[in-house]
Amino acid sequence: MARLASSSEPRKAYSRNPISRVLSSIFEFFLSIIDAVMLPLQKRIGIRGMAYVFVLPNLLIFAVFILLPMLLNFYYAFTGGTRLFPQDRPFVGTENLERLFECENFLIANSCREDLFWRAIGNTIFFVVTQVGLMILISLITALALNRRIIGRGFFRSIFFYPVLLSPVVVALIWKWILQQDGLLNALLVAFGEEPRRFLLSAGWARFWAVVISVWSQMGFYTLILLAGLQAIPAELYEASDIDGANGWDAFRFVTFPLLMPTMMVVLVLSLIRAVQVFDQVYAFTGGGPGTATQYMVQYIYDTGFANQTSNYGLAAAASMVLAGALLAFTVIQLRLGRSSAISE
Amino acid sequence: MNAIGDYLSRTHGKSRLDISDIFTYLYLSLGTIIMFGPVIWLVMSSFKSSAELSKFPPRFFPYRQETVAVPGYDEPLDLYDVTLEDGTVRQLAQVRRVGIEAQMIDPANPEEIIRVNINQRKPVEEINFSLTNYSNGIQKFNFWIYFGNSVVVTIGATILTLLVNSMAAFALSKYKFRGRDTIFFITIATLMVPLSVILVPVFLVITQIGWNNNLLGVIVPGAATPTGVFLLRQYMLTIPDELIDSARIDGASEWRIYLQIILPLARPALAVLTIFSVMWRWNDFLWPLIVLSRSEYFTLQVGLNSFQGELQVQWDLILSMTVLTLLPITLVFAVLQRYITTGIATTGMK
Repeated sequence: MARLASSSEPRKAYSRNPISRVLSSIFEFFLSIIDAVMLPLQKRIGIRGMAYVFVLPNLLIFAVFILLPMLLNFYYAFTGGTRLFPQDRPFVGTENLERLFECENFLIANSCREDLFWRAIGNTIFFVVTQVGLMILISLITALALNRRIIGRGFFRSIFFYPVLLSPVVVALIWKWILQQDGLLNALLVAFGEEPRRFLLSAGWARFWAVVISVWSQMGFYTLILLAGLQAIPAELYEASDIDGANGWDAFRFVTFPLLMPTMMVVLVLSLIRAVQVFDQVYAFTGGGPGTATQYMVQYIYDTGFANQTSNYGLAAAASMVLAGALLAFTVIQLRLGRSSAISE
Repeated sequence: MNAIGDYLSRTHGKSRLDISDIFTYLYLSLGTIIMFGPVIWLVMSSFKSSAELSKFPPRFFPYRQETVAVPGYDEPLDLYDVTLEDGTVRQLAQVRRVGIEAQMIDPANPEEIIRVNINQRKPVEEINFSLTNYSNGIQKFNFWIYFGNSVVVTIGATILTLLVNSMAAFALSKYKFRGRDTIFFITIATLMVPLSVILVPVFLVITQIGWNNNLLGVIVPGAATPTGVFLLRQYMLTIPDELIDSARIDGASEWRIYLQIILPLARPALAVLTIFSVMWRWNDFLWPLIVLSRSEYFTLQVGLNSFQGELQVQWDLILSMTVLTLLPITLVFAVLQRYITTGIATTGMK
């Protein structure tokens, strides 16, 4: 309270610094303009009514660009044609969804009418399982290392976090440069007596590196969350387990692991939700290739709706609904686990 | 096994370095190389000439071959260390190369042409950070246009985000009104609705408004971030209501309370949101990719991606432009890293 009072009360109008005096008189002028407009309004609708004024801009943007599109997506999924505007689109019922699911054998993508969609699903499942597994493992090891009393902890923390700040395109280009045929990695392989490899031209390698660069660019974020979770574990618990004669492994199994579980769950759900939406980084990295090896669900939606010669918005919207279903499932898990405070944009 | 156990559990080390400490430092050092090495490699490569870039195996530092101006030749000639047949090594300048034979001259005695096998000569080089790639790239890439667009989008969107989010957070935390809980619930519920799920209808809405190929189409839609509203609301809840009540008694209008009391007090939360917003917007790719199709409106990220599509082999330009694209966000991180890492650890968001 004392802190609040001191920071809000004086030093505005009476400041001796000429710059801040000019600034505060500009601010005062600005305020009186707002008051001139808003005070009559406030008199009419009352103090509570002003709450709606404050919430309105955000709500408006939100409604137009998130809520409305969510509803429209259903409309698109059940209409056909190649026209964008809703009034030009004929109603086709569940045709789009049926087309996506028209398959002789769901395990063989080639037997499906939309074989690309099923290939994308297969690729996405592979990506999600390997990427999330690898990322949680590495993030946990790193968080445990950073949680020890070590010299230069802040430095290491920043280093591991830095790639999180890089944009998908930049990450893709950095790695493309290292992995290209005459690149650094092949030079290292040759130096160790190995054959150089064509990493981005082989389906298996491209899938592998898509996972690796995605872990590389995101693990710092999850490491930080896990580190915060580790630091929240009271030190007394370790002392108590020490007194009870537990060795280090026991302490990890019976103290660290159970107490870290809630944080692990948050990390798991957040990384699942992100992994299912994998697109931009890999799109800039391989373009979905070689062939269709690294085409994922969002790229299928993007290609079908925007990149292909004839835009099939209905089919893209139907595929979005399938994706939304998967995300919804993860969100329900998240809510079940009872934490809504950890959020991903 | 015990060493692993120690590693997994201990939060404080003994005064002596034991095996688990060594293991930790080894791991962290290796991690540092893997996490930061690729960026260093990118930066080093961006200073190399395209001839140097296509060399295999590549070298760490950028080199430049030394040249010498010889009277009688218009262009400066490349210098080589040549091992002659009698075993002596001389520094010679190359006039031309015919097959596997190079015609060299001694700069001091340009009359006499010495023919040597090309395997007999080694270029004379010095480390040289050349900015040629940067100046060429900036020209061919329309760097300043993309950079300007990115700056406009980042600053515009961040200001708009801070304004509308803080207004909404103020209303949701300090007023009781009908529909408040519903609005808050919807905000939270849509946290999990990613753009990738509503690509098609968002494109329609943007087209209807006429914001295709308009930076407003990139700035406005993402401004109502649920994350920002949530973060600011939680923070504003901790501001005591008495402060607002006494301001009302003093006759302050609601807007004055918002601008003069709430915003200054919410500065720490606003700072965190600013950092995140700048980061999101600078790096944003999918949304601008959908909205912008004319290259004069591209942001850096979209421009860089289309640039690499056009110029599959022009690594010299791509590398330098990639460095310029990551530079601003790196500078922000270098200055504010403490706030960023603690901010993320405490709010758990990205």
